[in-house]
Amino acid sequence: MLEVRDLRKEFQPLSGQPVVALGSVSFRVEAGQFVSIVGPSGCGKSTLLQCIAGLSRPTAGRVLLHGREVTGPPEGLILLFQEYNKSLMAWRSVLRNVRFGLENRAGMGRAEMDAEARRYIDLVGLKGFEAHYPWELSGGMQQRVAIARALVRHPEVLLMDEPFGSLDALTRIELEDALLRLWESLRATILFVTHDIEEAVYLSDRVYVLSHRPSQVIEEIEVKLERPRNQLTTREDPRFIGARHHIFELISKEMAKA
Amino acid sequence: MARLPAKGVAVLLGCLVLWEVLARKSTALALYFPPASAVLATLATIVGNGELLSHVAASLARFAEGYALAATLAVGAGLCLGLWRPLYALFEPLIELLRPMPSPATIPIAILFLGIGDEMKVAVTVYACSWPILLNTIDGVRSIDPVLMNTAATFRLRPWERFWKVVLPGASPQIVTGLRVSLAIALILVTTSEMIVSNDGLGFYILDRQRSFQIREMYAAIVALAVIGYGLNRLFLAVDGWAMAWHKGLTRKEEIL
Repeated sequence: MLEVRDLRKEFQPLSGQPVVALGSVSFRVEAGQFVSIVGPSGCGKSTLLQCIAGLSRPTAGRVLLHGREVTGPPEGLILLFQEYNKSLMAWRSVLRNVRFGLENRAGMGRAEMDAEARRYIDLVGLKGFEAHYPWELSGGMQQRVAIARALVRHPEVLLMDEPFGSLDALTRIELEDALLRLWESLRATILFVTHDIEEAVYLSDRVYVLSHRPSQVIEEIEVKLERPRNQLTTREDPRFIGARHHIFELISKEMAKA
Repeated sequence: MARLPAKGVAVLLGCLVLWEVLARKSTALALYFPPASAVLATLATIVGNGELLSHVAASLARFAEGYALAATLAVGAGLCLGLWRPLYALFEPLIELLRPMPSPATIPIAILFLGIGDEMKVAVTVYACSWPILLNTIDGVRSIDPVLMNTAATFRLRPWERFWKVVLPGASPQIVTGLRVSLAIALILVTTSEMIVSNDGLGFYILDRQRSFQIREMYAAIVALAVIGYGLNRLFLAVDGWAMAWHKGLTRKEEIL
């Protein structure tokens, strides 16, 4: 359903040669899949998501959603930003932040939107915090608000840019499992960018490994681990460890080139 | 703003007592320097007999008109200039040249074009008040985080929705800062222009009483002006504290961290 074809992105600095962030990136994401992208730092993962979300124009190549080229932010696709604290509206309560996800949808009354927003606040485990402001919440809770705001819209595709990168280990584990449960019940397609190899393997059906800049996909790894996954048993599974080792070696080689 | 601290009130009262004592001792200056009690008594008289009220009303009307017009125009222009960089580049030299010029310098021009009536006083008030509001609004729009603008984009907000739901609330803390600075400026310009040419208003009254050697009335009107300025500021802070409660909480949180 989502296809990235020979995507190239160059940035022109104030002086000197253009920086090629994305060399030629191609991959596909099938409907309902959980797909992760890992790569060495500075390989242009965020840039890639911005291009897919229609927020940044690629220098060359195309992004196709249901076969149609993405030229601006497409309907049914939401990008969750790495800086979740900056993406929430400090002047809106949790309820009104989540409702924001529905406000420009035609044909929904205020009461209906609020009811739906409350349902998703409950789903992400924030019941009781509806009236709080984002800055009154911890980082993990803020990220839950951002996730609820995206999911309330029922996006077909959810792009997530290192969503748990700045959270502590325990909160991260909790949110990983919460995300998997939501994904399984809502049947959305998720494209997840992370620099954490274990996280990518744990969450995904498929992992794409990016090379160092100018980046391209160097390997596609199918993760054939049973669902629902378990933080202990899944991570001890020889297939999990095998995938982790394989990806680690690939990325180490890329880091060495830098 | 919190309630007045007890120690601050004590200092204020101490100054009044000092004024009283010094004025009573220096009999030579009695004409120019009446004691605080006499000034306050005069204030009570001219308020009680209605003499001052028409002047207060005239000044406040000019203040309200000038301030409201400046707020509307400068916020509007600031939003446009903040959102559209080429437009700002076009106007930046002009803004940078006019902004530091003391605003009362425009009074003679305003008199030439608008005469000596209310229009002139309102016009100079609008001019002077616009700068802090304009510059703070431009800055407020520009300091909105790009992540927030991208969030608006990924949720496919239409341009006017982006404006109402992201740009305006995002810039509002700085717009309010500009409005607060301009509050004092508005009162300064109203009073100054009334002193230069007018037949009513507090500025006119103060200068008129000085010229006719009604020194107590002059001081009483100055005290009234101070009280009005204080009251307007408190009113502003009350509205600000209610409307911008989220921002107060946010900045308190940031101070702790």
